[in-house]
Amino acid sequence: MIKPVFALGALSLALCFNASAETLRFATDASYPPFSKQAANGKMVGFDPDIAQALCKAMKATCEVVPQDFDGIIPALNAKKFDAVIASMNITDERKKAVDFSDRYYNMPSRLVGKAGTTINDAWFKGKKIGVLRSSIQEKYARDHWAKLGATTVSYGKAPESFMDLKAGRVDASFVDAAVGDTDFLKTPNGKGFAFVGPEYNEVKYFGNGAGIAVRKGDKALLDRINKALKQIRADGSYDAVQKKYFSFDIYGK
Amino acid sequence: MIDFALIADKLPSFLGATDGAPMMSTADGLLMTLELLALSLFFGLALSVPLALGRVSKNKWIARPVWLFTYVFRGTPMLVQLFIIYYGLSQFDWVRSSWAWEYLQSAYVCAIIAFTLNTSAYTTEIIAGQIRNTHWGEIEAAKAMGMSKWLMMRRIVVPSALRRALPAYSNEVIMMLQGTSIAGLVTLADLTGVARRIYADTYQAFEPFLVAGAFYLTLTVLFVWLFKRAEKRWLAFLGPRKA
Repeated sequence: MIKPVFALGALSLALCFNASAETLRFATDASYPPFSKQAANGKMVGFDPDIAQALCKAMKATCEVVPQDFDGIIPALNAKKFDAVIASMNITDERKKAVDFSDRYYNMPSRLVGKAGTTINDAWFKGKKIGVLRSSIQEKYARDHWAKLGATTVSYGKAPESFMDLKAGRVDASFVDAAVGDTDFLKTPNGKGFAFVGPEYNEVKYFGNGAGIAVRKGDKALLDRINKALKQIRADGSYDAVQKKYFSFDIYGK
Repeated sequence: MIDFALIADKLPSFLGATDGAPMMSTADGLLMTLELLALSLFFGLALSVPLALGRVSKNKWIARPVWLFTYVFRGTPMLVQLFIIYYGLSQFDWVRSSWAWEYLQSAYVCAIIAFTLNTSAYTTEIIAGQIRNTHWGEIEAAKAMGMSKWLMMRRIVVPSALRRALPAYSNEVIMMLQGTSIAGLVTLADLTGVARRIYADTYQAFEPFLVAGAFYLTLTVLFVWLFKRAEKRWLAFLGPRKA
């Protein structure tokens, strides 16, 4: 009985070493459709994992895309649980202190999702509850701007949880990346009666210059490879092919 | 190594300071944990004394439903119970349009309901066990005094069972203290919730959770000491006779 177990152990150990020698591990948010979502078979699907695969093809490396809750994604990167993060993470000065970013791979504004027909002005925020993703740029923006207008932020670990509470009426609006609000909520049956309300938010100080791929600080070799691959997939049409799968408009921005 | 400056900087947020962010409640951190614990233990204990009497009842129409309740709530994780009450109930329109929604809307109330039901299931079994364990001599004596069944329960069986339940109940209290740490998953900022917030803001995991752990450990030591004192007082009659 003991021998096969040992053999199996040795085999899996060998596989591990083998894999780590040439595989790049990308982490993405476990639940942020259309950018990332865990399929029933456990594989990550969506814009972010597809871009990761396209990048790896350009870099001639094998890729593994693993899920990770957003609020722990930077610490886990620095703890070497994976090599890079492609999780719709906007490039901000705050985050640059902890990680290095590639060039942007898309740029989308953030928007409030609320009851259709709501008029958003400063007075509206008084006494309102705004659902945000924990440790997101939206959370930071909401705390800095809307707290003094009398609004409270309610932080969630996953975007769908905030949408569930929006539908249930526990929060008055969800503040999210526009594409996520659209795909994950407004276009689903749950989003009936809700709409984007108020303006687009893209103040550079908070929302940065679009979303980038994060690597550990000082990992310049990998960063250069990623940036080169990014230029390549933009040029050879593989970026557009992935984009077409999920969006009917250009999300790369100007 | 351990970043003591960060700990010193963030310690106030465990004690209810605002951390520059709007507070989700009036009492983030330690106070939130203690409130959740105290309220759910209070309601849980209040529920479990009558439930324990039902559990040992000879009438199976009373005993069986209580048995079912304790088995369901002891047989499922508290996290699952909390999610069912917080996210599950909110998906039904009739719940959202009922009077109860005013209360169920709040994560705080949902957490207290879930914790109360969970602890009352365990406490019911603890007390029911001690009621069954009542020494036959005490019962015979009560009967010999001519006490009615309810008078005997009220004066002899329940008080004695509650005393003997103390050691097991102290375990339940400590388990509940640790159990409240899941409140953060429904947006509440208890000790663990605050630690997660700091973790998310600073990208440092070690320090905030270390501080949260130290709070829980201190509370546990305090509760153990309090229960030891209580046992000394109320269980003295079970101890060896002093010379």
